[in-house]
Amino acid sequence: MRELTDFQFVAGANGETALAFSGPMTVASLGQADARLRAAGDAFVEIDLSAVTRIDTVGAWTVWRLARDTGARITGCSDEAQKLVDAIRRADAGAPEVPERRLPLFSRVPAHVGMVMIGLGQGAVQVLGFMGQIIQTCGILIRHPSRFRMKALVHQMELVGVNALAIIGLMSFLVGIVIAQQGAVQLRQFGAEIYTVNLVGRLTLRELGVLMTAIMVAGRSGSAFSAQLGTMKLTEEVDAMRTIGVSPVEALVIPRILATMIMMPLLGFYSAFIGIIGGAFLSSMTLGIPFFTFLARIQEVVPLYDVWVGLTKAPVFGLIVAIAGCYQGMQVKNNAEEVGTRTTAAVVMAIFMVIVLDAFFAVFFTEIGWG
Amino acid sequence: MADADISIRVRGVRNQFGSHVIHEGLDLDVRRGEILGVVGGSGSGKSVLMRTIIGLQIPQEGEVEVLGHSITDARDDRDIDIRSRWGVLFQGGALFSTLTVAENVEVPLREFYPEITDELRQEIARYKVLLSGLPAEAAAKYPAELSGGMKKRAGLARALALDPELLFLDEPTAGLDPIGAAAFDQLILRLQQTLDLTVFLITHDLDTLYEICDRVAVIADRRIIAVGTIPELLALDHPWIQEYFNGPRGRAAQDAAERHEAAKVMAMTLFPQDGDAPSAQKA
Repeated sequence: MRELTDFQFVAGANGETALAFSGPMTVASLGQADARLRAAGDAFVEIDLSAVTRIDTVGAWTVWRLARDTGARITGCSDEAQKLVDAIRRADAGAPEVPERRLPLFSRVPAHVGMVMIGLGQGAVQVLGFMGQIIQTCGILIRHPSRFRMKALVHQMELVGVNALAIIGLMSFLVGIVIAQQGAVQLRQFGAEIYTVNLVGRLTLRELGVLMTAIMVAGRSGSAFSAQLGTMKLTEEVDAMRTIGVSPVEALVIPRILATMIMMPLLGFYSAFIGIIGGAFLSSMTLGIPFFTFLARIQEVVPLYDVWVGLTKAPVFGLIVAIAGCYQGMQVKNNAEEVGTRTTAAVVMAIFMVIVLDAFFAVFFTEIGWG
Repeated sequence: MADADISIRVRGVRNQFGSHVIHEGLDLDVRRGEILGVVGGSGSGKSVLMRTIIGLQIPQEGEVEVLGHSITDARDDRDIDIRSRWGVLFQGGALFSTLTVAENVEVPLREFYPEITDELRQEIARYKVLLSGLPAEAAAKYPAELSGGMKKRAGLARALALDPELLFLDEPTAGLDPIGAAAFDQLILRLQQTLDLTVFLITHDLDTLYEICDRVAVIADRRIIAVGTIPELLALDHPWIQEYFNGPRGRAAQDAAERHEAAKVMAMTLFPQDGDAPSAQKA
């Protein structure tokens, strides 16, 4: 049990009231006394410290605050207390009260909405600027191919593509099984179970293979880009690059974007392929369609343009995922929390844009007769 | 010397990372109320020693006792109940980047003394910021908005939040301009005198050693090879110590300290009533 600060009002000789503290006045003991003290009013002209056993700056602050606000005089100070109160008085004298930074609620909400709107507008301009930088850098790299960073590209291709094979394969296999199983349940009602092959084949090659891969790559690599570049911004690595004359867009952004654009079609096709294997596996187990018959049927029922649809969308999705990740990463400044929020923003932005574009692609390809 | 006068006692400490031995048989005593400077070459384990004393690094061997409590016997962080009695200023300030300066100072107060009212806690944070020599406006700023020197002062304000008895400073003047460094030295000295602090100070700054340190401990060859006042150290003929204090920079710092001392004596004789003034103005 720690000792607490106590105080009482005592009447002096000439009818004046004094506030007498007793016990230790330290950060550990003042907490409860302070609340009572603030409620006790200011009807005293003297602050008596003679019964105080120990004092630190928190005690000295309390004494000084009371003396300052009420004009009471301080008596019974030990040398130590006097020294501390003097130090506090010196620090406090002339320092302005800092106004609250927070606005009242009624102004805060519209202010926040306004800030968000301005932020959105600025964000759009900045994204445009970022894309401009990328195009400009591409131009420079085409004129000076020797400056292209092949090693970085290959490294990123490994991270984005090769290292993702296992997880994307597993995911696609399971999705293939689910489509085949759910499709079969519905199609059985029409006695059209054989159309499960069409369903699995067309769906995975046209839509799901690429879309699921894009979402997975956004989660795996888009977030990694953002976090990496963001941390490099915080530690001033990006600034260091700039001063050495290395363009961060050239060295960091272009290899990542290119690697993602190259790997996305490969991963998308791989995902569709594994998805079909999954469908074939389930069909052979439960629908009585033999494994190789399923694969042979795929060739007959899936038009080749379904493959082209998937492969056309893939690099575009890759571009979006990589730009979102790199852009958000390069926007990080100030603090560690920003890395987190920017990474989240990168993934959300990428997935959202991918799905929006996918809808456009669906309409587009149907219109040109690849439905 | 009586036990009560020793704030930090380090005995036979051995620290090792992999096969790389940092400390071996390291002994050190820090007396109550002194400013002890710790010097040593880069990589000699000054920061590791500080981390060992405050319990962030568990030594392979040896004992560390701070204010009479054993650090090395503590099982985990919660066992070390003297955390509220020391303050640490890390090299880069280590401020929490998502909190304002004032909120940074409030963190230890909230943690250890939740019963303190919001009002008092904010007042404490405000005057600690002022005591550390920052302007009042700085309290509402985020660390990213501060300069390097201001970050150090903000870090110091947080280290002082709980009115500690012991203050650990890791290279407080590194990266500051000479004027800022001198002001920071004076600030530490003034705070140490006002608050009766014991200060464990890691530094490379020779001016700091001459200006404010009561004693200096030298780390070399994996242990503390000497502890003493600078004249005492100069009397030893260890090659590293001689090179450190008698190299060109050491000489310059020594001359500066002598000039400063002479000026102080002169000021004292001429204006005896405000002998404190020169240092107060500087800070």
